[in-house]
Amino acid sequence: MGRVKAKPGPLARRPDNSAFKQQRLPAWSPMLTANTVLPFFYFMALICMLLGVWLLLTVQSTREMKLDYTEAGTCDRCFEMRKNVSNAGEGCSCKAVFSLEKPFKGDVFFYYGLKNFHQNLRRYMDSRDDGQMVGRKTNLKNPSSYCSPFIRDQNGLPIAPCGAVANSIFNDTFTLFHHDSSGKSFKVPLLRRGITWYTDKNVKFRNPKVDNLTLAQVFQGTVKPLYWQRPVYELDQADPTNNGFINDDLIVWMREAAFPNFKKLYGVLYRADEHFTQGLPAGSYSIEINYSILSRGGTVVWLKLGVTRVPLCAFVSCVFLGVF
Amino acid sequence: MGMDLSTLRTLIIRYCVGEENWVDSRTIYIGHKEPPPSTEAFIQQRFPDNRIVSSKYTFWNFVPKNMFEQFRRVANFYFLIIFLVQLIIDTPTSPITSGLPLFFVITVTAIKQGYEDWLRHKSDNAVNQCPVHVVQHGKVVRKQSRKLRVGDVVFVKEDESFPCDLILLSSSREDGTCFVTTASLDGESSHKTLYAVQDTKAYRTEQEVDAIHATIECEQPQPDLYKFVGRINVYMDNEPVARPLGSENLLLRGATLKNTEHIYAVVIYTGMETKMALNYQSKSQKRSAVEKSMNAYLVVYLCILISKALINTLLKYVWQAEANRDEPWYNQRTESEKQRHIVIRAFTDFLAFMVLFNYIIPVSMYVTVEMQKFLGSYFIMWDDEMFDEELGERAVVNTSDLNEELGQVEYVFTDKTGTLTENNMEFIECCVDGHVYVPHAICNGQVMPGAASMDMIDTSPGPGAREHEELFFRALCLCHTVQVKEEETVDGIKHGLHQGKSTSFYISSSPDEVALVEGMKRLGFTYLRLKDSHMEILNREDEIERFELLEVLTFDSVRRRMSVIVRASTGELYLFCKGADSAIFPRVISGKVDEVKARVERNAVEGLRTLCVAYRPLSPEQYEEVCHLLSGAKLALQDRDKRLAEAYYLIEKDLILLGATAVEDRLQEKAADTIESLHKAGMKVWVLTGDKMETAAATCYASKLFHRNTQILELTTKRTEEQSLHDVLFDLSRTVLRQHGGMTRDTFSGLSGDCTDYGLIIDGATLSAVMRPGQEDSSSGNYKEIFLEICRNCSAVLCCRMAPLQKAQIVKLIKDSKEHPITLAIGDGANDVSMILEAHVGIGIMGKEGRQAVRNSDYAIPKFKHLKKILLVHGHYYYIRISELVQYFFYKNVCFIFPQFLYQFFCGFSQQPLYDTAYLTLYNISFTSLPILLYSLIEQHINMDILKKDPSLYRDIAKNSLLRWPIFIYWTILGVYDAIVMFFGAYFLFDNTTFTSNGQLMTTNTQMMFGNWTFGTLVFTVLVFTVTFKLALDTHYWTWINHFVIWGSLIFFVVFSLLWGGIIWPFLNYQRMYYVFMQMLSSGPAWLSIILLITASLLPDVVKKVICRALWPTTTERIQFKGRCLASEPSTIFMLSQTSSRISF
Repeated sequence: MGRVKAKPGPLARRPDNSAFKQQRLPAWSPMLTANTVLPFFYFMALICMLLGVWLLLTVQSTREMKLDYTEAGTCDRCFEMRKNVSNAGEGCSCKAVFSLEKPFKGDVFFYYGLKNFHQNLRRYMDSRDDGQMVGRKTNLKNPSSYCSPFIRDQNGLPIAPCGAVANSIFNDTFTLFHHDSSGKSFKVPLLRRGITWYTDKNVKFRNPKVDNLTLAQVFQGTVKPLYWQRPVYELDQADPTNNGFINDDLIVWMREAAFPNFKKLYGVLYRADEHFTQGLPAGSYSIEINYSILSRGGTVVWLKLGVTRVPLCAFVSCVFLGVF
Repeated sequence: MGMDLSTLRTLIIRYCVGEENWVDSRTIYIGHKEPPPSTEAFIQQRFPDNRIVSSKYTFWNFVPKNMFEQFRRVANFYFLIIFLVQLIIDTPTSPITSGLPLFFVITVTAIKQGYEDWLRHKSDNAVNQCPVHVVQHGKVVRKQSRKLRVGDVVFVKEDESFPCDLILLSSSREDGTCFVTTASLDGESSHKTLYAVQDTKAYRTEQEVDAIHATIECEQPQPDLYKFVGRINVYMDNEPVARPLGSENLLLRGATLKNTEHIYAVVIYTGMETKMALNYQSKSQKRSAVEKSMNAYLVVYLCILISKALINTLLKYVWQAEANRDEPWYNQRTESEKQRHIVIRAFTDFLAFMVLFNYIIPVSMYVTVEMQKFLGSYFIMWDDEMFDEELGERAVVNTSDLNEELGQVEYVFTDKTGTLTENNMEFIECCVDGHVYVPHAICNGQVMPGAASMDMIDTSPGPGAREHEELFFRALCLCHTVQVKEEETVDGIKHGLHQGKSTSFYISSSPDEVALVEGMKRLGFTYLRLKDSHMEILNREDEIERFELLEVLTFDSVRRRMSVIVRASTGELYLFCKGADSAIFPRVISGKVDEVKARVERNAVEGLRTLCVAYRPLSPEQYEEVCHLLSGAKLALQDRDKRLAEAYYLIEKDLILLGATAVEDRLQEKAADTIESLHKAGMKVWVLTGDKMETAAATCYASKLFHRNTQILELTTKRTEEQSLHDVLFDLSRTVLRQHGGMTRDTFSGLSGDCTDYGLIIDGATLSAVMRPGQEDSSSGNYKEIFLEICRNCSAVLCCRMAPLQKAQIVKLIKDSKEHPITLAIGDGANDVSMILEAHVGIGIMGKEGRQAVRNSDYAIPKFKHLKKILLVHGHYYYIRISELVQYFFYKNVCFIFPQFLYQFFCGFSQQPLYDTAYLTLYNISFTSLPILLYSLIEQHINMDILKKDPSLYRDIAKNSLLRWPIFIYWTILGVYDAIVMFFGAYFLFDNTTFTSNGQLMTTNTQMMFGNWTFGTLVFTVLVFTVTFKLALDTHYWTWINHFVIWGSLIFFVVFSLLWGGIIWPFLNYQRMYYVFMQMLSSGPAWLSIILLITASLLPDVVKKVICRALWPTTTERIQFKGRCLASEPSTIFMLSQTSSRISF
């Protein structure tokens, strides 16, 4: 079998008679004919049809409720107030009411949404320092130039977290109340934890190393972003472990949305509470909004509340393909 | 006729040299000795030293020079500009995305070129430092080769090669000759005899040589290896004696001294001015039609790119007209940006968009195309079927740039001798005054010796004829330039003289001459040798006759004859002349012209090569005159060739016809079959030959170029003598057009079998009349058009009596005609070089007339029959492969970039890229590069054997059919469609409330909190899979390598994405891709959308393919279907052949 390397005489330059060099490798030559393609087609169609029907069925049991609170209820007052820049510093809270005709059974997710907010503007998206967010100490005090124009304040102190994204964090707060038929009001408990990707919360976003220092000490020498009311280490006053860069709301906000109309998770219904073990019962609800910062500079901001149940996906187009 | 030739000649010379003749000359002092003061003062010139520099770069200038050269290519320059723009302005993508691929491309090329240059440096050094012997002050001194200067006298021993161009002063051989072989220059392994200068050949020791006092005047160096004119002034007693110098005195660098103990010679051209170095200057680059289409597409894409950027810039400013969109509160500008003028801002935005979309012109396409061509060309070299066992040679690829052009050939121009025929001459018969002699060389398998082997067909001639007959034989024995090579065997051309004791060979650059001299030997006259200017002949009575060789009027292709002037031992002077019949007959004054002419014509019809022999007795006075003419011409420094031609013209006249010879040149194996296949493949085959019409026509019939029912149209001197050229042309065109009257031009593409074939025969003289520019002003321009019109309607054309340059002219004429067909020229000799260089594809045959054609060709094959495989199989494959490569490359980049364009409408035209930097960078370099490269190397849409069996398949791809605009537009639209499906499919997934908010089909604890990077990754994943599957759908030849590469690159993409998102990358400032890919894969809807979007993207193409195949199948598709039924058969054959080959090795 072994190929003789030095072939004698005039055959010295003879090429190897190997299948590859002679372009005669054994090969499979498929052809796209109706006979081969159609069965595959039918097969795919069947799969998609089944999937589509199943998804369609499941999606029918999901419920959604959307509430635009920009000017709803008493919020028109706040909206007007925010139009005037000089009132920016003042707090404003308002209330909106809505009712659910059918109960939302199972897990309920609470989102906030924004319209025409371009989180995907290039300069805006780039204006962040992941090095800072993953807890690198050098970046804490020397934020990357990408953060401009939010690198340092007027005094030259570094901003933490720097950049336009963190600066514009959504910080309206919501409190949801359920009013039952007897007129009693229950505060709907929302779980504000576990709304981020596990890896973001536990691996990627890190506070700078704390060596027996409090978080406030670690962040000493930095200033809060311009539009913020509280520094990053005091974001969650209720839970001290949810402060700094690992704050859930911050992490959620920092994952920039792909489109100008987007929504982000605010909380999940805490079903351990006795009133809400089955989910949200039907009835009337009110929502208290601490209307704060996002309306700065007269931007028209729309907020919507989406409450849904039994998450399942519907992909109607599957059906479409299935029929094909 | 003679006049015609000489005018033609001057035309050609003018064509070669340009309008002005070379006037500048150089003067060399042998041994650096000043000439005696009395002579006219020469201007001292500076000459370079003998350093050969073939390397392009030095250590210091490598980086800048190489960079400069690389960035001179438009594509590289474009990417450099993009890269610089990215560096300068604030751009959406990091400079790495375009810098890295560019760096990669540039580095790879630079390494390749650097390595090649290093090799050149090494060989340069070896050459420049090799020792040479120089005569200084009467002693032989060793010197490094590079230190040689013009005027040095060098001493060269046997088997050494010459360090530079030299003039031979003296040789160790008594007659002042030496032998050289120029195998390394032009591949001719025969020994050439060169002559020392008459006045210096007596100086044989270094002291004597050192005493030579002479100057040489010669032309400035020029690249023609076979041309040299100069003059030597030897000062004897301060009295200059001028002698002519010609190429017979010139020893070329690179040639090797043979059979001569040593020589002394003077350096005239050194270093880069030697003829060898001048010949290494690169040939003009040929570009293939595919490359031209590719560039056209590029321009289209550049326009698309610019318009995209313009549209986006415009829309951006329209959109931003609203104040809070221009600068929303959450995205404030920096101070410097605020101060910038709006025009500058708009311009920067435009540039930024350009950068964002620049990937639409793929940087890697050039690399891939080049790799494909380079690697692909190996399949030609590796092809066992194109290996010739007899020669031990395989196909050679000199340029890989034209692989696909082999699949596009419309016109084949072939030489006859040595290309269609074997160029293995055999003496068949001779005819003296109408009496025919046939040597019965082979009788019952035995060679019969001597005079008995002569057979007279006619009645025996009278005594006067007897004398004529002997004169004829002597003429053939004397009138040639054959050398006798004793003992030693040489490679290449061998012609054994196995009779007698010593083995000796006849060697000549022309096989005809060898055949003739051998034939004479069989007829009883043996040429023995040339000794001391005396030619020795062994006659029938075994007596040695000696003739003094006085002059040789060498052969040239314009005159088409050669002569010698000899003095017999009795003192009579003869001029013997032999040449083509048309070159001899007009100059003959007596002899039995009619009988000979009849015989010559009869032989020519049988396809034999005929030569006529004539003589002219010279009186001493006439000889004086001849000598005078010749030496006058030879001494001329300028226009020497012209003056020599004039002298020859005057000397070779008043000839007396002796007879004619016939030599057979057999057709090459399978030549007819090959030509038939080429015809079936829709190619037009033209034979261009210097041979005479009848011979050439006979060969054409034998090689099936003309069939029995082919109607032959003649456009020859004979006809134009009767009618005017004008009438003949119009006559012919009328004949042709009547036939093709109602039909359109494309008759040749399928119907040619039904109607009468036309074959055209045209000769050189008529052709030059047709091509003659502007003399009869308006009508002359039409001649060309009419001629082309006739040619278009002829299936075969034979051009005979062609000068080498005319061959090139014909090729150029067809090449530049209005359809711009792709031409291929194939030939084996130096006379074919011009047409090989002129045609789109030049193919050299490794023939017997040296290696010049091979060296100048783009591809070289051992035999004519291999043309079939290289065109029908390799050419076809390469074309299919590269056209898919080009189309696919543009397609995949449209798919890649168009979503980014669409995304701009959603991100406020802020130039936000859709994909992550790593994806942008690696998409073209690694994720999608290998499958298409591999496809373009090994795809076979039809089995090789079927391609060979059915040449008509070649028509399927004719006229660049796979790269036409409709197909290109189809691919582009497909790309846009796919991009829209991918983008809006993913958009739907993201924007649909129900869907996003509930994206938890398979994950229970997290939500589809997908940001824009997830969106981009989703689109990108669909993109990579779609694009790869699209290629998979197009692949018709799935070997294990295809499986490996296609699935492998998909797996690589997944693995890379997992890795890229799996780590918090140290030193990086952004971590946006962290876990994005995993997060995406962990959600069910993403999976669904990936599967669905891929299917939806591929659907239209699949449907189109299936429908087209079912309803309007192309020939290729039909064959594929048929081939499938026979699929088992070829594989069995292959198994067998493999087994047998194993046994044989």
